[in-house]
Amino acid sequence: MLRVEVSKRLGEFTVEAAFASEGRVTGLFGTSGAGKTSLINMIAGLLLPDRGIIAIDGETLDDTSARTHVAVYRRRIGYVFQDARLFPHLDVRENLDYGRRMNRLAEDGAQWRRVTELLDIGDLLDRRPGKLSGGERQRVALGRALLSQPRLLLMDEPLGSLDEERKEEILPYLVRLRDEAGIPMVYVSHDPSEMRKLATQIAIIKRGRVTAFGGTEVLPTANVPA
Amino acid sequence: MFDISPTEWTAILLSLRVATVATLVATPLAIAVAWLLARREFWGKALLDAAIHLPLVLPPVVTGYLLLLTFGRRGAVGAWLAEHLGLVFAFRWTGAALACGIMSFPLLVRPIRLSIEAVDRRLEQAAATLGAAPWQVFLTVTLPLALSGVLAGMVLGFAKALGEFGATITFVSNIPGETQTISSAIYSLIQTPDGDTAALRLVVISVLISTAALVASEWFSRRALLRLHGS
Repeated sequence: MLRVEVSKRLGEFTVEAAFASEGRVTGLFGTSGAGKTSLINMIAGLLLPDRGIIAIDGETLDDTSARTHVAVYRRRIGYVFQDARLFPHLDVRENLDYGRRMNRLAEDGAQWRRVTELLDIGDLLDRRPGKLSGGERQRVALGRALLSQPRLLLMDEPLGSLDEERKEEILPYLVRLRDEAGIPMVYVSHDPSEMRKLATQIAIIKRGRVTAFGGTEVLPTANVPA
Repeated sequence: MFDISPTEWTAILLSLRVATVATLVATPLAIAVAWLLARREFWGKALLDAAIHLPLVLPPVVTGYLLLLTFGRRGAVGAWLAEHLGLVFAFRWTGAALACGIMSFPLLVRPIRLSIEAVDRRLEQAAATLGAAPWQVFLTVTLPLALSGVLAGMVLGFAKALGEFGATITFVSNIPGETQTISSAIYSLIQTPDGDTAALRLVVISVLISTAALVASEWFSRRALLRLHGS
């Protein structure tokens, strides 16, 4: 279970969000600039809340009143960024293996096969990120995060930089991930149809505040794409 | 013309040794300082930056004299090092290496700092989310991506160390076989009657070594770029 109760002043407005989620995929839905990315950066530990508590499965990661802040690299929270952020000096195989090496985990051939098959990236292993398409890059970034064996996976508009066709290419992988990988996810998006397909619980974020929390019924109905 | 005398050979080999040792010892320090300047905010940062660049703007003879005052046998640091570690700089080739290291330090730091600043911090963040501790992020992401700058700095520093004259001759004098580098040998030769040919020979050799260093630098940075952007 993920519990977030934070406030953080960011220039024009203040992010003040509180929610607790048991869902397999917690969606953070809102327009750009609503504070969604700041919110998951706080969960990842990349951004320090001014006040508040972040806890996962009963373990406190941030508690400003007790001056607790677990460093990013000790959180075991995977992060898939909108811009993939693959290491350009490493090939795909080394990118995928990075988290395992840094955490000094034993090699796990079965897990490696499962992830590379789930994401169809077995043929890309010897390539450099510079030689991959946008969709391939995003799949490798997903695999890299999964193979670091996180207890929670954050995704910040992972389809945001892709065109419609590529989005349709990646979405099924995300659905498979939700149903087969067994890792809880927080999924940030401003696209209601993505949310409907993926999220099991949704927080609507407006100007830094959670205005609604619940199932897919909290999504706006007006602009559902055909 | 190309009949190199033993004294000249000694000066050439000594120059290479001094420049190599100066560069190898200064590089890890330069990387650490460059990283501090590129990635950290701390009190006295501007002061550190100024101190590093000082040898670039001070007259070399001043730097040499300051070295003599500090690292000479009676100098505060020099006396301590001689007594406790048996490390003597004054009028030794190690002193020449120290002088060259300090004189070339700003040239070493600058390209490394620039290339560290150019490394995308978002990649460092991604590495941290994958479980890399700060030192691991530095060794596996920042340093490899800044490698071309490190090599460029090393070559520049090496070339500067090879040619250093003023601070070296002030600090460790011009003793054949111990502190007489190519530069100070040329200086001695052009003050000697009939020394012209020998001086010219060393000038040619000096130009050759420096050119080779520049070609090597170009080759290294091209290789580093290839590594970064994939084959």
